[in-house]
Amino acid sequence: MSLSPDDIKVGETRGRVLVDDLKRTRIVQYAGASGDFNPLHTDERFAVEAAGYPGVFAHGMLTMGMTGRVLTDWVGPEALLRYGVRFKAQVWPGDTLTATVTVESIEDTPAGPVAHFTVRTVNQNGAEVVTGTAAARLEP
Amino acid sequence: MTGQPFPVEAGHIMMFARAIGDENPAYQGASALAPPTFTMASAHYDPDSHLRPKPDEEWFGSGRDAGVMAEGGGGLHAEQHFEYHRPVRAGETLHAHHSTGRSWEKQGRTGRLLFTERITEYRDADGAPVVSAVTVAVVPEGPATPKDAR
Repeated sequence: MSLSPDDIKVGETRGRVLVDDLKRTRIVQYAGASGDFNPLHTDERFAVEAAGYPGVFAHGMLTMGMTGRVLTDWVGPEALLRYGVRFKAQVWPGDTLTATVTVESIEDTPAGPVAHFTVRTVNQNGAEVVTGTAAARLEP
Repeated sequence: MTGQPFPVEAGHIMMFARAIGDENPAYQGASALAPPTFTMASAHYDPDSHLRPKPDEEWFGSGRDAGVMAEGGGGLHAEQHFEYHRPVRAGETLHAHHSTGRSWEKQGRTGRLLFTERITEYRDADGAPVVSAVTVAVVPEGPATPKDAR
């Protein structure tokens, strides 16, 4: 299921549009599946009147979850060793997100080769919303 | 086995994979694998989760009124890190062990920002680690508005 070191090179990138025009219903869908019902994400009146935001915004974990697909589509669903991100800016309804994953290094470890990645997701203005790193096991 | 039981169910994985927009066949069927961020959904099994309305308890979202921002409710998710010891599959029960990690502060644009780590170790029935998760939350100190908490 995992990639061979011959199939992946340092500097190589993969990317995709994660969502085009994020709908509020997608945020509600993530709230239901994840169990994070914070009204900041799903309750426009609360977000504006009680919390002082311009409106609801997506869970950071929705963006991290959508971004993870670019990794698992590449290395396979069982190969990840680490995946970590910083949430740099909020994601709002209407946003279009694009993720890019880059191979930074390939390391030989006692347990076999490991690929190290950087991860970057930007919105339609090019602003970073998520940045991070990941590592995945490659075929020995 | 101690810790909060988190039964990993195929239907729950299906709903979660749909929510993150991932139709990978690996996440479908009775023996589905879980997507990398799925363990966050153990919140459904956390009896103390404050982010789920409960019967006969006050909920802070809008109803007749706009709702009330909870104390420290200006908190936002700053970072999330996962370490995977092995894949998670439908049909098993994980056990979530919560602990508090480091805390630190940083000067933000309009005041100090307080960062705290919450660590969750997901172990299997034998006590072996499966996923280690670290959530970093940030809360602005003092009367800052939520918008400053970036």
